[in-house]
Amino acid sequence: MATPNTPLWEVFIRSRNGLAHRHCGSLHASDATMALQAARDIYTRRGEGLSIWVVPSGAITASDPAEKGMMFEPAESKIYRHPTFYEVPEEVGHM
Amino acid sequence: MYTQALNNNSDAADRTIEDAAHTTAFQARIDAEARIEPNDWMPAAYRKTLVRQISQHAHSEIVGMLPEGNWITRAPSLRRKVALLAKVQDECGHGLYLYAAAETLGASREELVDAMLAGKAKYSSIFNYPTLTWADIGVIGWLVDGAAIMNQIPLCRCSYGPYARAMIRVCKEESFHQRQGYEIMLTLCRGSAAQKAMAQDALNRWWWPVLMMFGPPDQASQHGDASTKWKIKRFSNDELRQKFVDATVPQAQYLGLSIPDPGMTQDEEGHWRHGAIDWSEFKQVLAGNGPCNRDRLAARRKAHDDGAWVREAAAAYAEKRKFRQAAQAAE
Ligand SMILES: [Fe+2]
Ligand SMILES: [Fe+2]
Repeated sequence: MATPNTPLWEVFIRSRNGLAHRHCGSLHASDATMALQAARDIYTRRGEGLSIWVVPSGAITASDPAEKGMMFEPAESKIYRHPTFYEVPEEVGHM
Repeated sequence: MYTQALNNNSDAADRTIEDAAHTTAFQARIDAEARIEPNDWMPAAYRKTLVRQISQHAHSEIVGMLPEGNWITRAPSLRRKVALLAKVQDECGHGLYLYAAAETLGASREELVDAMLAGKAKYSSIFNYPTLTWADIGVIGWLVDGAAIMNQIPLCRCSYGPYARAMIRVCKEESFHQRQGYEIMLTLCRGSAAQKAMAQDALNRWWWPVLMMFGPPDQASQHGDASTKWKIKRFSNDELRQKFVDATVPQAQYLGLSIPDPGMTQDEEGHWRHGAIDWSEFKQVLAGNGPCNRDRLAARRKAHDDGAWVREAAAAYAEKRKFRQAAQAAE
């Protein structure tokens, strides 16, 4: 008999105080509690984390890489958002 | 990793239509050392090659727990026991990281596992050899993990992002595996004459199968060319095998053990050249006729079947809670 599919979860771990939770992988588990326990066992065997988030994979909406041109184009033309766009005389020093 | 649901979009089928422009752009990205991510366009053959390679790698990690697991309860000291237990747990983790990487390509873990249990998927030939003595645990850590590391380090730069990232994680964990194995060997070799003989016997039995782990010689390898072009493979089987032999011979000399290869010579450049490998043995093991093939599959099937009630109970519990929550929300 084929094995039925178990839901997929994405795992995010805060490795140190002050850092953001970072995506580190995924796993299968029937529910959120088991997903958290499995995430601890799979991704933090050497104390890699202080905190874990698990998110059902299906709950993530991602942008389409094929449309990255259209998606990110608006920012490309706005070079005036970068500090290097502005001229400050050298005598003024670092700013 | 990431979301498999995205790969099931209705336009996914359109995206796999291989037009020349896509293929050229894809290869250009690979040539520029860009990483390919799950939702990027990729040739169907690239996807297929990766699913096959990553899932075989995953199965190897999982089946690889069996020969070593055999010695956990008989480890000679608590120090050795906790180390071996931690190593075997790591191998399980490696298998899971790898199944997750394969799933980003649209395969499901359940399907991959079922294919392995049905005997339709391959895993590394090395795990079809028995662990007869405690010294085998030393040799496995030293040589089997040593060979795996040789193979896995270049995979950290593989063109497929999720596979490369899984390999980085695996390689970080892998180094203790090799060190604990070498420590076992060193202890045996500094011990009594009987202990040293046991170490030599284990080396004698494992040496040739370990060399076979790198796969068939370059002229006979079927997957080399496309994998090299796609930067899945950075070194040929023979190149990796040579690197491994060159690294290992001095380690054996330090232990005072001899490599069971009377034909081995050192060339002018310092490379250790091994004698002819018996590829008929390799073919036999791959065909299912190694010393432990049947045992390994039977053990995996038993574990899978014995765990069925746990999977069913967890699913039923999750279902019940969902139902209750929905009922509460409706109140
Ligand atoms: Fe491993
Ligand atoms: Fe390992």
